[in-house]
Amino acid sequence: MQPEGPIAPFSLSIKDLPWQIAWDKDKCTLCGRCTASCPVNAIELGVFRKRQVAPAVGILEAPENQYTLYYGIRQKTDPAYACVGCAMCNMVCPNDAIIPMHGDEIDKLRMHGDRGGQARRRGGRRNDPGSLLDQIKFIRISMLTDPALDAGRHEFELRTLLGRVLPPEQNLKFMAENGWTPPVREIYPLMIGGMSFGALSPNMWEGLQMGVAYLNEELGMPVRMCTGEGGCPPRLLRSRFLKYVILQIASGYFGWDEIIHAIPEMKEDPCAVEIKYGQGAKPGDGGLLMWYKVNKLIAAIRGVPEGVSLPSPPTHQTKYSIEESVAKMIQSMYMAWGFRVPVYPKISATTTSLAVLNNLTRNPYASALAVDGEDGGTGAAYNVSMNHMGHPIASNIRDCYLNLAKVGMQNEIPIIAGGGIGKTGNMAANAAALIMLGASAVQIGKYIMQAAAGCLGSETDRCNICNIGLCPKGITSQDPRLYRRLDVDQVAERVVDVFLAFDTELRKILAPLGRSTSLPIGMSDALGIADKNAAERLQINYVV
Amino acid sequence: MCRLFAITSQDPLSPMVALQALDVMREGHDGSGVGLFLRDLGGPFDEIKDAPILSGIFSEAGLRRLDTYMMDLGFMTKYKLSIKVPKTPPAGVPRRDIYLVRAYEYPEDWDGLPQSELYNRLLETRLTLRAMGDETGDMIVFSFWPDVIMIKEIGDPLSVAKHLMLDRKELQARIIMAQGRQNTNYAINLYACHPFFIQGYSTMTNGENTAFIPIREYLSSRGFPGYVGYQSDSEVFTHILHFAVNRLGLGVEAYKHIITPLQEADLHAHPNHQLLTGLKQTCRKLIIDGPNCVIGSLPDHSLFMVQDRKKLRPGVVGGRPGRYAFSSELCGLDAAIPERDKSQDFQPMHLDTAIVNADRQEVKICSQKDPLHLSH
Repeated sequence: MQPEGPIAPFSLSIKDLPWQIAWDKDKCTLCGRCTASCPVNAIELGVFRKRQVAPAVGILEAPENQYTLYYGIRQKTDPAYACVGCAMCNMVCPNDAIIPMHGDEIDKLRMHGDRGGQARRRGGRRNDPGSLLDQIKFIRISMLTDPALDAGRHEFELRTLLGRVLPPEQNLKFMAENGWTPPVREIYPLMIGGMSFGALSPNMWEGLQMGVAYLNEELGMPVRMCTGEGGCPPRLLRSRFLKYVILQIASGYFGWDEIIHAIPEMKEDPCAVEIKYGQGAKPGDGGLLMWYKVNKLIAAIRGVPEGVSLPSPPTHQTKYSIEESVAKMIQSMYMAWGFRVPVYPKISATTTSLAVLNNLTRNPYASALAVDGEDGGTGAAYNVSMNHMGHPIASNIRDCYLNLAKVGMQNEIPIIAGGGIGKTGNMAANAAALIMLGASAVQIGKYIMQAAAGCLGSETDRCNICNIGLCPKGITSQDPRLYRRLDVDQVAERVVDVFLAFDTELRKILAPLGRSTSLPIGMSDALGIADKNAAERLQINYVV
Repeated sequence: MCRLFAITSQDPLSPMVALQALDVMREGHDGSGVGLFLRDLGGPFDEIKDAPILSGIFSEAGLRRLDTYMMDLGFMTKYKLSIKVPKTPPAGVPRRDIYLVRAYEYPEDWDGLPQSELYNRLLETRLTLRAMGDETGDMIVFSFWPDVIMIKEIGDPLSVAKHLMLDRKELQARIIMAQGRQNTNYAINLYACHPFFIQGYSTMTNGENTAFIPIREYLSSRGFPGYVGYQSDSEVFTHILHFAVNRLGLGVEAYKHIITPLQEADLHAHPNHQLLTGLKQTCRKLIIDGPNCVIGSLPDHSLFMVQDRKKLRPGVVGGRPGRYAFSSELCGLDAAIPERDKSQDFQPMHLDTAIVNADRQEVKICSQKDPLHLSH
């Protein structure tokens, strides 16, 4: 731009962007890999003109200008092409000549992400690096009055229940009189939460499924994975691996035509059915699969036309009250599988969670309540929903558990916690804290994407372009040129690694607390936090 | 870790037998307290088996309040054991006015009540008295039940026994449970002393109960008035036993299936697979994680011992037909029943429930892998 040139409101300098490309002319080989791999075309070949003043040697000669050219990388400042910080340029550079650096102040780009009146949409996370779960410590250590257990040698049974567990008296009566009790699954307490076939690439989804199957069949760990709202590939529906899958139904009912028609051909019942009423990343908003990702395969599985955006409604359209919504849907889903498959709702964490829970206590079929906190991630949502809507998970789970304990139903309706577990990498500690606050199980999404497939997202708005199908790692893309970067077997292997390491860490937490034969759900005496208000709110120990 | 001793005998015994056995195990307790549970009483109580006996510690004022309350309800004193203690207690034992053991005649208007209602009223009366005592600190009530006496005090077991002159002919029982306490719980509260009692069920434990809080929350939310207290993490063991037998109608063999259920592979191979899986799932909140050895007494006069899943606490049972004892250590058993076939001594392991029935003829060992006899 010339100094006297016009400035538009959205004329930004590189400094105004969140990410600035640092490029080293000396190292660059001009191979072009960086510009070719940038998912948002933030960099391009630049031709730079350079002037040098050549001072005169003799007295009579005048100094002169010498002009040269050099080639390099130019970062675009148009908001539509702003660097997302994914650092794929750095990954592909043979000489480490280029890297995006995060700006040292709040960027100006954020005021310009709405050109054309379109509010910013993105994938990813909440962009809040803090985690209350990380502040919780485990303080009741067994040592002398009772011996600590051996995390490596003692027997452990890290299992939880998914299903409506009757009170013991009633269960005995049911068995004697009916010969039937509601279906209850014994599963591993760490679940892979709902990420749809469509939100995730085929390679990512297949890798997760393979990892889960290996954990179950080779390692005896009953790990379960939820499909999310996007249907389920027909072959999986008709395979024995379906029993490791939780089918999700949500307000768009995507893929359910295929599922219902496959019921007569199913070799196994699915583990459970999750009815999604809300999710933590965008509470009160429906799922969103943007048109970029709706290719032929996705369209076929979901039963929709190709190339159209698929925004699920915020609520299930046929329902108008919680009584109806819960009772009817739960019962219909139970009936579909002959009352052999647990059915439970999933909601966003909210101050109204207790109202939902109380309703479930009066519904004899509701087999769990999944609560997804504000730190939950997503493939696509409005930025404002992601950043500002929702309720923290810890107090919501605690309230739910204490409420159940008050009415004596703490063993009857398992609470599944999601959103922000392992947000800063401390997955086992976060999961254990939530379990001791009252969760029966925890669900993860972003963590497994990062650990099993190298998702680049961060809490400082890095990458986060899952919504437009340009995931540079091929995790959330439907473009074969991108998702072929992801090796299915390696994803599966990493899933197994993650669960095995989690298992060890969980034992390393539980063994010193003297717990091994049952999951310490609600063992709040083991928890402490150095924040008095948080301690009071969560009814755990205040320790400094 | 506390030391436990329990004995069941065809002939009534003095509680001193148990206290002496505790004394030989004194290395394992610090003399911070003793608890005694006596059942199937001998002496004068043998004649009044049906009369509910109130056991507790009272101040003079507390006793007056007790008398007023009980008379208002219509209870008449039938027999009382007056334990008058010297004014100066031994070192470490607090000064008390009255250790009360008093048998009552039921109120007339309770006549003809169904047994379950009678038992509920006895429980209710004990809880009311306890609450009255909590208000002013002038009453501590341990039990109110037919054919059961409980005595608890702070201090070295033998010193307490001598102080209370427990070696008296009126105090005899065929079933005795005694615990020498190793205090790990800050200020000593007598309600935290074992054994614990509820509606004819009593247990004592050593070790800590790491799963205490969720278990307490679960029991407290059962809607049963007796599931209160919990000054000790071991009180839940008594209430779980009561819950298993009274509320679920199961036998004592099922108790271990509730507190330490079988793991998956064993469960699948078990003949009562379906029942036990249901129990494991529905009673998940009652699973303990040890380390605990539990000795308990049931209304049918059987005595039993179970260990935690990893068998982290000592415990041995032995004796001869007519007299069997359960002890934390062999030396306790040797002190109480030296003339036994020691080769038959048995240390229950992680799957076992050792039971001596009212006939006192043998030690019955139930393994959790055995089929469950569902007599109820």
